Amino acid sequence: MAGLRRVPEFLVIWVPLLIASGQIVVFTAWTTWLSFTPSTLMPTDGFVGLRNYTSVLATRNWKIAFDNLLIFGSGFVVLTMLTGLVLAVLIDQRIRGENVLRSIFLYPLAVSFVVTGTVWSWLLNPGMGIQKLVNDLGWSGFRFDWLVDRDMAIWTIVVAGIWQSSGFAMALFLAGLRSVEADLIKAAQIDGAGPWRLYTRVILPTLWPIMIAVLVILLQTAIRTFDLVRALTGGGPGIATQLPSLVVYDFMFQRGQLGRGAAAAVLLLLTLLAVLLPYAIWKRVQARRAANA
Amino acid sequence: MSALVIRDLHKRFGSVGVLKGINLDIDDGDFTVLVGPSGCGKSTLLNIIAGLETASSGEIVIDGKVVNTIAPKDRDIAMVFQTYALYPSMTVRQNITFGMECRNVPKPQREEAVARVARLLQIEPLLGRKPAQLSGGQRQRVAMGRALVRDPKLFLFDEPLSNLDAKLRVEMRMEIKQLHARIGATIVYVTHDQIEAMTMATRIAVMHQGEVQQFADPETIYNRPANVFVARFMGAPPMNTVPARIASGQVVVGDVRLPAPPAAAGWEGREVILGIRPECIAEPTRQFGEAGTPGIRIMAPVELTEPTGAETIVVLRMGGEKVLGRVAPDIRLTVGATAAFAIDARKICLFDPQTERLIA
Amino acid sequence: MRSPAATLGRWAIHIAIWGLGIAYLVPLVVVVLNSLRSAEEITQTSMIGWPHIWEFSNYIQVWSTYCIAQTCSGIRPYMLNSAAVTIPATLISTLLGAVAGYAISLWRFKGDRWIFGLVTAGVFLPEQMRLIPWTIVLRDLGMTNTIAGLVMIHTIQGLSFTTLFCRNYYMAIPADLMKAAHIDGAGFFRIFWRIVLPLSPPILIVTVIWQFTHIWNEFLYGVTFTTGQQQPVTAALIALSAAVADVPQHGLQSAAVVVAALPPLLVYLFGGRYFVRGLTAGAVK
Repeated sequence: MAGLRRVPEFLVIWVPLLIASGQIVVFTAWTTWLSFTPSTLMPTDGFVGLRNYTSVLATRNWKIAFDNLLIFGSGFVVLTMLTGLVLAVLIDQRIRGENVLRSIFLYPLAVSFVVTGTVWSWLLNPGMGIQKLVNDLGWSGFRFDWLVDRDMAIWTIVVAGIWQSSGFAMALFLAGLRSVEADLIKAAQIDGAGPWRLYTRVILPTLWPIMIAVLVILLQTAIRTFDLVRALTGGGPGIATQLPSLVVYDFMFQRGQLGRGAAAAVLLLLTLLAVLLPYAIWKRVQARRAANA
Repeated sequence: MSALVIRDLHKRFGSVGVLKGINLDIDDGDFTVLVGPSGCGKSTLLNIIAGLETASSGEIVIDGKVVNTIAPKDRDIAMVFQTYALYPSMTVRQNITFGMECRNVPKPQREEAVARVARLLQIEPLLGRKPAQLSGGQRQRVAMGRALVRDPKLFLFDEPLSNLDAKLRVEMRMEIKQLHARIGATIVYVTHDQIEAMTMATRIAVMHQGEVQQFADPETIYNRPANVFVARFMGAPPMNTVPARIASGQVVVGDVRLPAPPAAAGWEGREVILGIRPECIAEPTRQFGEAGTPGIRIMAPVELTEPTGAETIVVLRMGGEKVLGRVAPDIRLTVGATAAFAIDARKICLFDPQTERLIA
Repeated sequence: MRSPAATLGRWAIHIAIWGLGIAYLVPLVVVVLNSLRSAEEITQTSMIGWPHIWEFSNYIQVWSTYCIAQTCSGIRPYMLNSAAVTIPATLISTLLGAVAGYAISLWRFKGDRWIFGLVTAGVFLPEQMRLIPWTIVLRDLGMTNTIAGLVMIHTIQGLSFTTLFCRNYYMAIPADLMKAAHIDGAGFFRIFWRIVLPLSPPILIVTVIWQFTHIWNEFLYGVTFTTGQQQPVTAALIALSAAVADVPQHGLQSAAVVVAALPPLLVYLFGGRYFVRGLTAGAVK
């Protein structure tokens, strides 16, 4: 359409859009390029092929971080969705004080991961948190010391993550539950379906597109998790709760190995793409199918 | 002088042709209705006339000026939309004056114009309201007010009545027709509703698959449809079209023989398509036309009856072919039995079975 | 009339959901209570407990005199830093995003789909991919360790979200409305000011709340691009935890956490409806 030829319009539209999109393209290319250079403290030219990648992948740090990501990612996503679903179904039962409850389950989302991590580090600290309280109440044998247990520490991050994100899953699931056609429910009730069958056979199956969306969003949250670990465990005990995003930061700004840091960042991006690309393709197929139908 | 001329207009989206060589010549004061099924290109054509879409080729001439490259606001047109398209955040008054505001018309002049239009459409009490506070019919009026206030060379209506309920639609139909009679404006009106086309238009352009099938006055469109598509699209229930043969100056459908019109002479012995309107098949006592000519009597089995109250629609077998007839409501017909009918053969149409064009 | 079993069932559901609700509130309650207890009291018992003596002075101390990383000015300067970053970045990115979203959704132009796709890719691009480039850009612009630098970063990156939100909202504006405006002779800016912007408050509130909470709560850029007195409050909180590690000061720390979390919580409290709408809008991209 004619009309975009005038200068002020041009400036207002294109300058921000070009900066925003250019930043994304240029920065991605830039970091990718750095990952092939021998850069250490400062970016330097030169080409070292995949050497940064092989050395990052060979470090114990990265291996632990990636294993942790698998544990954390699956634990966090599955349990958050499950919690969110339970909350949504319970709230869907015409509960007294529904609005208050919704607000309660959602408030953690307004809080920063730094705050969440800090508060949970206190609650889970065996010396002063839940364990101490239960011990002081008389059950002296009670132990809840995941925070200082190398094998269990990663689950503290899962717990805090669930607390923070399950409200999000709940909100989306609840919106989905509420948008199920009333006639569908009436039909099922006339067919004689009880509450359990009504949910498992009629209502929940309509939720699966939302479930996939929630799954993808939670997965990408998991892959990008940084602040929460910094505040909750600092990556410890030792390096027991390292995650790839922390490893990137560590290489770049603690050890001064920009090339390797960039390589780790690219690996992080590839992990993310492994989740997002199939989703994007699936969405495309869905859209096309809807358009053809 | 022509208010609007469209010359060999084409519109393609990629390789798909949406409009394939449209030619129309619309006179000053004409109420032209573009009618056709959805997807026939009528709305695209209207948008191109308005300048909201560009043509792939061809010319649009408004009031003697080629306007292809002229912006909508400078084409001296006004448009009324199906969804009314009232600016939700503005009052009725602001909706009507927004165009003048854009053209920097001085305030007193705007007020005067609003007052004139509001009086004409009887929407004075609504001027301070927001669109959300109006009923469907009121919104429709305001949308027309916004168009009228411009006093344009050309009014464009894009299915303006299709969002109204049936009763209101009939009322607004009459009002628009009266308005046209009163102000004598040139109107191009798009609809998919053939009744709107028949009742309001002075000229009708029937469109199908990106082409104008016929461009004529309503009576011609109805009685002498240019092809089978127009015949079946205009009129409800639609014209019956059945295979027939011309033999010794007669149109033969099974055992039914009707006198063929003189123009069918060249078709002696050949297959044709017979078009006959349902109202030309009636109860045996009916007399047709001002002269009160009795019809041709036939006997036909009745398959189904649909009483509408004012009349009864009958599905019958005329010479073995299934056709619709319209009989008086007090005629008792038994489904499955054979009954007598009168056929008005004066208005039958014959079409070429290959090209589907009107022969006679 | 409900059967006794159904009544029992409803009781069970209510108890379950309210039990969970209380559990979700525990961290908030614990930290608020701790912020009103003295360090000694916390050390003697546990983090979880009712204050014996209400220690309101924690807040005064942590606000203005407490020492974080050698500077004894409390948490106030960091709060002000966060505000100085968050408020301008939120407003600018929302305004630019609204115009960009309007242009993309209602004015077709060459390459609009491409540019929109690229801009929204920013929603997913991890921060780690941008850390080094931003470091260098900030250095070359002489904006290292400045509030203005963080404002710039958050404005530019926020555009991905604000453009996406506004574009999706404006897509719902009927095509006929735009046609009517064209015929009335309104141009790009007039349509924006007179027609689109008056329809926008719902999405602008959503966008502002989203941007505000995200920028306020952001940590990685804050800790990477600023040091010492220039840091936003999230980074200061981490520095504070490190500082008190040797001598536990959990009462003060809790007060700091409460103060730092307060602005986004207040926004949530007053704009909860829009906050949730932002979440769902962000999810259905």
